[in-house]
Amino acid sequence: MADKSLIGRSLGITTSEVEKGRLRFFAKAIGETDPVYTDEEAAKAAGYKTLPVPPTFLLCLESEGRNPQAIVEDIMGFDLGRILHAEQEFVYHRMAFAGDVLTFDTRVADVYEKKGGALQFVVQETRITNQDGEHIADLRSSLVQR
Amino acid sequence: MTLSRTHGPQFSDVQVGDVLPLLKLRPVDRTMLALYAGASGDHNQIHIDIDFARKARVPDVFAHGMLSAAYLGRLLTGWVPQQQIRKFSMRFVGITQIGHIPHLTGRIAEKFEADGEKRVRLEIQCANQYGEPKVVGEAVVALA
Repeated sequence: MADKSLIGRSLGITTSEVEKGRLRFFAKAIGETDPVYTDEEAAKAAGYKTLPVPPTFLLCLESEGRNPQAIVEDIMGFDLGRILHAEQEFVYHRMAFAGDVLTFDTRVADVYEKKGGALQFVVQETRITNQDGEHIADLRSSLVQR
Repeated sequence: MTLSRTHGPQFSDVQVGDVLPLLKLRPVDRTMLALYAGASGDHNQIHIDIDFARKARVPDVFAHGMLSAAYLGRLLTGWVPQQQIRKFSMRFVGITQIGHIPHLTGRIAEKFEADGEKRVRLEIQCANQYGEPKVVGEAVVALA
């Protein structure tokens, strides 16, 4: 049972190195056909220094250095079989690439209920920076337990 | 008017109401969910283990919402180079079941200027073959 005392709580600061192999595996998993995401020569021809991190993969990297199931069950008090992803937002400041080491600073931004408590929501926000301290993106994720 | 995917769209060439080229994908199957679980790092068993799903009183595994989100990302990066995407947000409004065929669509909802650049706001959607929306969202994209 999530409660409002969680608001503002840090869910940790993690770092993750962007690996080319994982980018290629992700591209395969989503059926990506644009060679920019799998072929370094195509990426360079498109003006990128190497393989870019695709728009939604930042969220995958965010969860890499932590145990999302433990966060959901132990901190939020949710039942893994009853949660759904309700909303997701990405605000992009600059792109990330293979070889970058990204830092993810995540905290609980909001906790609220709907339908008289039948639906409980927890909102997390993450600030992402790269190895040079440059601001890459801000993520906002809302989970609901039904 | 349907916008070209092969030539980068220009701000002056697009109008509110223009639609992006439809992106229709393969039907979602269990292998795709297993691959997405591994590639994304989202190992929630509800998407890959039917025994777990049934214990959670769900009849079958179902697709990760973020798989549909990644498909929407493909819709966007198929239209403009990724560095032009400023914002991408979505609500997960339905469950994508095994056998659903993702249909990704987008429409220009607004043209405006912000932070010294020309931008468009797109309304985007991932629906199945029956026209039922699964993920609805919007994106802000900068255009030259």
